[in-house]
Amino acid sequence: MAKATLRKTSKPARKTSRTGVRGASRSQVPASRVPLPASRVPEALLLVGTMKGAFVLRSDKSRKKWKVEGPHFRGEAVYALLHDTRGDRPRTFAATNSMHWGPTLRTSNDNGVTWNEGGPQTVRFPADSGRALAQIWQIAPGRATEPNVFYCGVEPAALFESRDGGESWQPNQGLLNHEHQPKWQPGGGGLCLHTIVLDPDNPRRMLIAMSTGGVYRSDDGGKSWRARNAGVRAQFMPEEQRYPEFGQCVHKVVHHPSRPGRLFLQNHWGLYRSDDWGDNWKDIANGVPSDFGFAMQMHPHDPDTVYIVPIEADVFRATPEAKLRVYRTRDAGASWQPLTKGLPQSGAYENVLRDALTADSFDSAGIYFGTRSGKLYGSRDEGASWTEIADALPPIVCVKTGTARPA
Amino acid sequence: MITVELPNALCSYTEQNPSLVLDEPCETVGDALAALGRRSPGALDRIMDERGDVRRHVNLFVNGENVRFLNGLSTAVPNGATIFVLAAVSGG
Repeated sequence: MAKATLRKTSKPARKTSRTGVRGASRSQVPASRVPLPASRVPEALLLVGTMKGAFVLRSDKSRKKWKVEGPHFRGEAVYALLHDTRGDRPRTFAATNSMHWGPTLRTSNDNGVTWNEGGPQTVRFPADSGRALAQIWQIAPGRATEPNVFYCGVEPAALFESRDGGESWQPNQGLLNHEHQPKWQPGGGGLCLHTIVLDPDNPRRMLIAMSTGGVYRSDDGGKSWRARNAGVRAQFMPEEQRYPEFGQCVHKVVHHPSRPGRLFLQNHWGLYRSDDWGDNWKDIANGVPSDFGFAMQMHPHDPDTVYIVPIEADVFRATPEAKLRVYRTRDAGASWQPLTKGLPQSGAYENVLRDALTADSFDSAGIYFGTRSGKLYGSRDEGASWTEIADALPPIVCVKTGTARPA
Repeated sequence: MITVELPNALCSYTEQNPSLVLDEPCETVGDALAALGRRSPGALDRIMDERGDVRRHVNLFVNGENVRFLNGLSTAVPNGATIFVLAAVSGG
């Protein structure tokens, strides 16, 4: 079962802080980062969604030892989690899905200690749509200036928006009635809208990705959407049709708010970067053992650094050569290096799903991922070394981070 | 009068009450579920999706008979009947 402490000790975190300005050192850290009194130091949260419930892990800022709570929602799959602190109180969301009783969205106002139960389903398709919610795949916060705005990406592929802190949700009509919609096809996990990227500077621009369907962008506040998949291949199509306008099986797209026009994309075969908000994509699979994979995570402070976990193939969804390796680029995809210290390098037939790789926002970024076999790993030094936090959870499908004031 | 017996999993939607008595007239299973939804919209959402389809892994029994093998939501519910809501065989 889950471990309450780390089994191994990582090397101390790098002493140099990464602040979003490359090369910034601790001496340059702004006044907002001077140490807080102990009573105000936020605790680190790890939210882990599994096929049989959610676990909440808590640690102090050192992130050396984790207290494991759960499972919440016993027996229900939890594919999406979010801890949001933009408003005047923290809000935590969990998208749960019971095999018997269906999907629903639950919330917590006390950092995941207790969860609401018993309300009606708030994320629901209009009666005239002929569709029914199968699963919530993503819960994303709105912009910093709109603390009551949230988005949900769901299956069958659709985008929902809440403007009242998650109390009520409305479907995005532009996507719901998109002319391409009848031709979107489910991938292995279902026809899921799993990625939501907001332009932090332009409130009218946002981007979503679905599997399968590909990337779509709106430049008019969500009224209309254009497919943005130029250069992204659809390996599963006949050779002469491998670069369609839409229909790609995109697995994840990430961006950094300081470079919002730049996007990184992990495809169902293919690793790409765009520097123009998805108008064009170029292959950046430089030095990876496979360009197939699901998970992709942006470094919280460095717009050139991205993490992935390559998977051998669509027909053999396991880490190549039975080695569990996170790959990191620090030059925006020009090269990728394996991160292996503390991870098993033999006999590891693992898979890390699209939302099971994440980062925290501490100065020395913590990187975390969970496997389909229920192992949870963490790094306190941006991936240089890893420790096993838990080794026998149910299959992990989602890992997210947050911070909270200690109780 | 119709009685609806709910599994433990749904009692959080009915203030922990596993047995609801519906006083309004109900001729069919569909009528009874609609009445249940007026009492507890959350419980109904767990039994049926927003299209009005009973979820795939939910079984409804009227006086011991699975309505899937009767007339589904149109199955008649005589006065005094009990509807059992049960999780079907599935899992993983």
